[in-house]
Amino acid sequence: MSKEPSSQKLPSSKLPSEGVSSKELPKELPPELPMVKITIDGEERECEAGLTVLQACEEAGIEIPRFCYHDRLSIAGNCRMCLVEVSPGPPKPQASCALPINEGMSITTNSPSLQNARKGVMEFLLINHPLDCPICDQGGECDLQDQALAYGFNRGRFSENKRAVGEKYMGPLIKTVMTRCIHCTRCIRFANEVAGVDDIGMLGRGEDVEITTLEKAIDSELSGNVIDLCPVGALTSKPYAFRARSWEVQKSESIDVMDAVGSNIRIDSKNGKVLRVLPRLHEDVNEEWLSDKARFSCDGLARQRLDRPYARNEKKQLVPISWQVALDLVAERIERAKTRIAAVAGEQCDLESMYALKKLLTARGSNKFDARQGGAQFDPSIRSGYLFNTRIANITRADALLIVGANPREDAPIVNARIRQAWLQGGLQQAYGIGTACDVTYPCRWLSEQPQHLLKIASSKDKERLLATLSAARHPMLILGYDALERKDGSDIWRLCGKIAEKANMVREDWNGFNILHRGASAVGACEIGFNQRVDGFMPLLISMAKGEVEVAIIMQADDFDLDSLAKCFTIYIGHHGDRAAQVADVILPSAAYTEKSGIWINMEGRVQMGCAAVPPPGEAQAEWRILRALAEKLDTIPPWNNLQELRTVLWKEHPELAEQDRPLRAVWQSLDDKSNKEFSLHVDPIVTKRENYYMSDPISRASETMSACTRARRELRRKKNAA
Amino acid sequence: MLDDKDRIFTNLYGQAPVDLTSSKKRGIWHNTASLVKKGREKIIEEVKASGLRGRGGAGFPTGLKWSFMPKESDLPSYLVVNADESEPGTCKDRDMIRFDPHRLLEGCLLASVALGAHYAYIYIRGEFVRESEILQTAIDEAYEDGLLGKNAAKSGYNLDLFLHRGAGAYICGEETALLESLEGKKGQPRLKPPFPAGVGLYGCPTTVNNVETIAVLPTILRRGAAWFASFGRPGNHGTKVFSISGHVNKSCNVEETMSIPLKDLIERHAGGVRGGWDNLLAVIPGGSSVPLIHRSLCENALMDYESLQELDSGLGTGAVIVMDRSTDIIKAIARLAHFYKHESCGQCTPCREGTGWMWRVLERMVEGKAKVEEIDLLLQVTKQVEGHTICALGDAAAWPIQGLIRHFRFEIVARIEERQAQTQASSSIAQQKQQEIA
Repeated sequence: MSKEPSSQKLPSSKLPSEGVSSKELPKELPPELPMVKITIDGEERECEAGLTVLQACEEAGIEIPRFCYHDRLSIAGNCRMCLVEVSPGPPKPQASCALPINEGMSITTNSPSLQNARKGVMEFLLINHPLDCPICDQGGECDLQDQALAYGFNRGRFSENKRAVGEKYMGPLIKTVMTRCIHCTRCIRFANEVAGVDDIGMLGRGEDVEITTLEKAIDSELSGNVIDLCPVGALTSKPYAFRARSWEVQKSESIDVMDAVGSNIRIDSKNGKVLRVLPRLHEDVNEEWLSDKARFSCDGLARQRLDRPYARNEKKQLVPISWQVALDLVAERIERAKTRIAAVAGEQCDLESMYALKKLLTARGSNKFDARQGGAQFDPSIRSGYLFNTRIANITRADALLIVGANPREDAPIVNARIRQAWLQGGLQQAYGIGTACDVTYPCRWLSEQPQHLLKIASSKDKERLLATLSAARHPMLILGYDALERKDGSDIWRLCGKIAEKANMVREDWNGFNILHRGASAVGACEIGFNQRVDGFMPLLISMAKGEVEVAIIMQADDFDLDSLAKCFTIYIGHHGDRAAQVADVILPSAAYTEKSGIWINMEGRVQMGCAAVPPPGEAQAEWRILRALAEKLDTIPPWNNLQELRTVLWKEHPELAEQDRPLRAVWQSLDDKSNKEFSLHVDPIVTKRENYYMSDPISRASETMSACTRARRELRRKKNAA
Repeated sequence: MLDDKDRIFTNLYGQAPVDLTSSKKRGIWHNTASLVKKGREKIIEEVKASGLRGRGGAGFPTGLKWSFMPKESDLPSYLVVNADESEPGTCKDRDMIRFDPHRLLEGCLLASVALGAHYAYIYIRGEFVRESEILQTAIDEAYEDGLLGKNAAKSGYNLDLFLHRGAGAYICGEETALLESLEGKKGQPRLKPPFPAGVGLYGCPTTVNNVETIAVLPTILRRGAAWFASFGRPGNHGTKVFSISGHVNKSCNVEETMSIPLKDLIERHAGGVRGGWDNLLAVIPGGSSVPLIHRSLCENALMDYESLQELDSGLGTGAVIVMDRSTDIIKAIARLAHFYKHESCGQCTPCREGTGWMWRVLERMVEGKAKVEEIDLLLQVTKQVEGHTICALGDAAAWPIQGLIRHFRFEIVARIEERQAQTQASSSIAQQKQQEIA
């Protein structure tokens, strides 16, 4: 039922013609739908056939109240709030959400009898609702409150006892007060349709119906969205319970960095503290969903924070020092190291800080820096080789899919939901996978864990003749993940996948099916500004650090690599959490987390997006670019910027494409195999997933109590599932 | 009065055995092939001409309903027979299945021809354990005799028939909820449109018909539309099996012509009202879902759609519930309200919340624990439920209460006032006593 936004419709004359590129991937134009003439409240209108009455009224700017209807879910038609009168048609009012428009239909949306009907429905919804708004977290953002005000009676007539419903356990994220439930079944439909889990359902009959998960946590990475979907206060956020009222919080628009999707978020803060994170609508990225890690790890922002500089004393203990001392110390060590310095950037770094860090190192004559702390191997100079070329919004068009070394469900839940949508819409019949078999919520045949199977596919020697299937598809996709790229033979798998993509005709003028599923928000940005340089950039860097060839190592927000390699270096940690790397650092320079600074992040499809600071950094912590600017000044290599805006101007001058916001970068397809054309040397070890815990994969989520509760809940869930 | 020669259900009381041989002796399965060979169009035409209206309660013209089925479709078509008879007071389908199962099976074959269906399901109420056994035996017999299955009754038409037992929910008698249940889901009505004729069982064109509608079909085709149409007033043709229960001397199922006077029906077939006609209080003429009618209206009521509609009631399933003057009419309707509250599926708001509310108010009214203003409140609540729900259960819950208030408001008022007087009296006695003590 969901309509494509009109901004996406390109006239066919503007289709790209030059070169094989994924730029301007046009959305498939829907076949021209005939228009039908209808009358809404006496006004004649032309609407696309196939719209529902509710949608047509919405187009006409007429608000129809509703509870159960939701654009992105199937139609239930059970709340009966959206009643309208139609003629010709039955004499009784009809639910507009489920009624398609017909030629010549006359719709009345606001007659006195309809007003009465809505009042009646509203009254029914309220008679067994506890009306406990003063102690309800939904207060202020409650559909029931708003619509009761607009469409309800001004007093109650119900003098019987109200129904009370027992609380349900739905895991550590969702707080339930089921007495408030109005049984719209949005949560059930979301779980079944979008999240792809059948954990929520309705039990009982009549006034005794209850929404329940049968006392277990919802086994989905998208479960938090039911909180947004719930039109009343039945499902609310457990971590946010009783923390603030919606009108008291400061709302800042930003970008999520927990994965490489670049979900648009709204950060709600009060008194300088981030209280919750909510999704912001972006049709082409996250629609209106958000993954649980992005939504609920924000309590980690207040724990284990580095709020002042530290340095090791003679006893090798970290002691607090002043910025002045810290910068002097660091500058002195860097001066002494001359060119023997290196830098590693983590997965959440913003573009500006990576750029500043790179400039600092190149000014010293070092080119040892990389942002792929997992050791992923791919050529960062070939843009089409590291982007998610198909683009997230186009996933729904896919009709064949091969996943290599990824679990999209955990690497990028939003992307996985789109793949599931492609399957639900019927285009995608079956996905195929190479790597650890996992439940991705749609049918996926895990063919093999051996990378050699890719060779078989490439030469059509596999049983399934997958190459033929992919070639025959109109919109074939290949998703290559970090479980494969982070192997020693990562670059070979990468080249091989590029070859399969070409052989299967996945890369065409109107379609590019070759995709890298990045995990880190900084991954594409690092490639764009040349922070990642070579194919196998990180491993040689790590080895040279371990060998002692590097004197000073600057570790910026990177905690997930072999930290023992730093033993021989003087380690400077620029980061916001006292996580793993801070334990081994010689100097700690406290920096700002993603909610505390304005920054640019480029998502996996190459979409440049800017986030805003919601709260100030704690204590003496500073944004990374400021730290690096101060450090550069101490080193007498003053960069040509004094503030963030100037830094961006310099950056955009060097990389003009990055100045364009919210538009995926153009990527002309370049063969991944053109230089050497050498044999693929693949290892025999199976492609397995290294990441064990979705919920705790970075310093912020590791510091989060909520994420730790989720981890426990999931472990318990898996234990029970395995036992059963 | 219907002549014996014009009865369709010749074994309604189980006078004869139900097995295939004796069923054949009653004319069932006689030359069915020739009826099948009339073909789809001809059968629908005849049914239209006969004026047969659906016997499940809504009274929709059957031939018209059948003509909604797509003539050409890539999808299979289904016939589903609704034998989930659970309407309080109604027990006609049960006896038809119990004593005349082959009549239904023959009807299934002919209706399937009219619908282009090669698969038919009979969804039988779960509580009808013995009846389902009888029906299954009959189906087995028919298969064995070549009357069902490939080349059914040597007509060249293939029909597979399946019996499915429900699990005891009244709502599964609603056609779309029945389809959901048949698909193995929770029995909850679907939104209409799309109607089952377009998107029904497993998303395929489907027609759901009542047992009686299907069972009368062979006889209509044998004796002709004109014969069937000769009974009853215009628009209300044919014969109909009425179930008469309640305060009558001899409750029974009886086949009669449509438009028979209500009084005749009760006096002739049910042995009259207990204690004589003058002892009558009210009648619910069409199963529990229709409003009751006051005794003053019963004198001239005819048992057909139009006549009863004029009296603000309905023919429904044709189940006449007779109540004499010993009845606590408020309590009787409160019991029905409880039934609907219990059987509401809980899907849509007005029915889920409204049925409970109406029942609770009525329960108080039974004891007079209410205010007189609450009668109007109750009436308003019934209006808020009526016509605003997904299926007709909301209407069915509202109408009996509307009927009660329409005809017996004085009774409710009297009871409330009586109670008030009592409490006033007892409180004044209490006051007196307190004063005495003081």
